[in-house]
Amino acid sequence: MFEHAVVTQPGLADPVHQSQEIFRTVLAALSEPGRVFQLAAAAPAGVLGPVGGLGPVGDLGIGPAALAVLLALTDGDTPVWLGGEAEALANYLRFHTGSPIVADPGAAQFALLKGGDRRLDCFNPGTEDFPDHSATLIVEVVALAEGGSITLSGPGIPDHRPVTVQGLPADFAEQWAANHAQFPCGVDVIVTCGASLMGLPRTVSLTRSGR
Amino acid sequence: MNIALMASDDIPDDLRPRWISSLSLAEPAVLEAHWAMLDPKPSFRWLRPAESGLVMLRGRAGGNGQAFNLGEMTATRAVALVDGTPALTGYGYVAGRSRRHAELAALFDALLQDPTRREDLWHDLVLPVEAIRSEARRKRAAAVGTTRVDFTTMVRGDV
Repeated sequence: MFEHAVVTQPGLADPVHQSQEIFRTVLAALSEPGRVFQLAAAAPAGVLGPVGGLGPVGDLGIGPAALAVLLALTDGDTPVWLGGEAEALANYLRFHTGSPIVADPGAAQFALLKGGDRRLDCFNPGTEDFPDHSATLIVEVVALAEGGSITLSGPGIPDHRPVTVQGLPADFAEQWAANHAQFPCGVDVIVTCGASLMGLPRTVSLTRSGR
Repeated sequence: MNIALMASDDIPDDLRPRWISSLSLAEPAVLEAHWAMLDPKPSFRWLRPAESGLVMLRGRAGGNGQAFNLGEMTATRAVALVDGTPALTGYGYVAGRSRRHAELAALFDALLQDPTRREDLWHDLVLPVEAIRSEARRKRAAAVGTTRVDFTTMVRGDV
């Protein structure tokens, strides 16, 4: 018989407008690192379900914000790295975006990480001539909020901005310092948790207070 | 008559390319009429709502030369997920901009994968649709055929 229904989840209900809104949100998030944005309102029915709901993304093992970013930003020209154990999500992205799913993190333009299951230096930081060719990482974490013990500073941040991010590896600050030091090279990170997201571009410096 | 009617098991899965092609080339009105008669209608949702776009047609001179881009054409596609056990995914790709045609083609592709519906659909939809198409082609060929000119080489006297 046929192989039945490998993909059973729809993509964005209104691809044109929703992907524009998601793009605008990601742009705003990367312009103002440390501010937490909500994607639920930007991407209603369809992938995110009824407004604010988590929608039918449960069996893909990924939160709505991370999924929305992948749907809006990836296409057939952007290799995506998902790590292992993501067959359902890989099929879903192949179907809806046509993205090649790569096994080598260094070859990916977009990558989805759960917490810190890979070191940042696995991914392509771009080159001095083409720093824009670097990878963008979508990192799903356990908790994400404004205010807290991690202090961000840099372009887009007046003075400094404290945030709470739970679920990153213990040495993330050191990994990030190395990434930040490579400027203009380095990877950009979009931290997501449920329907919230926060930008962490390579220009930001990060310190953990109380350590 | 001619060939004995095939039992359901004799309509194999590997006819799927043929029925997908027949559905794509069918008159949308015929599909629509058949859909209207369908009872019970399946429950389904759109995995990929109908969307129109351009596809690049590529060709090879003589069928085996270097591939070249011939030009773009408008195409419309849709993918339906028909509920059931297992759920069935139907694909519809049609030339032109008829979203409804792509949707119906996708729905019937999914239903034709269902063994309990296949035999009826095959005989009531796919074969008639193919017959309509081959009849239309025959008429067209006949109409064009009346203006056919057969060039006959005369043996001229001075040779």
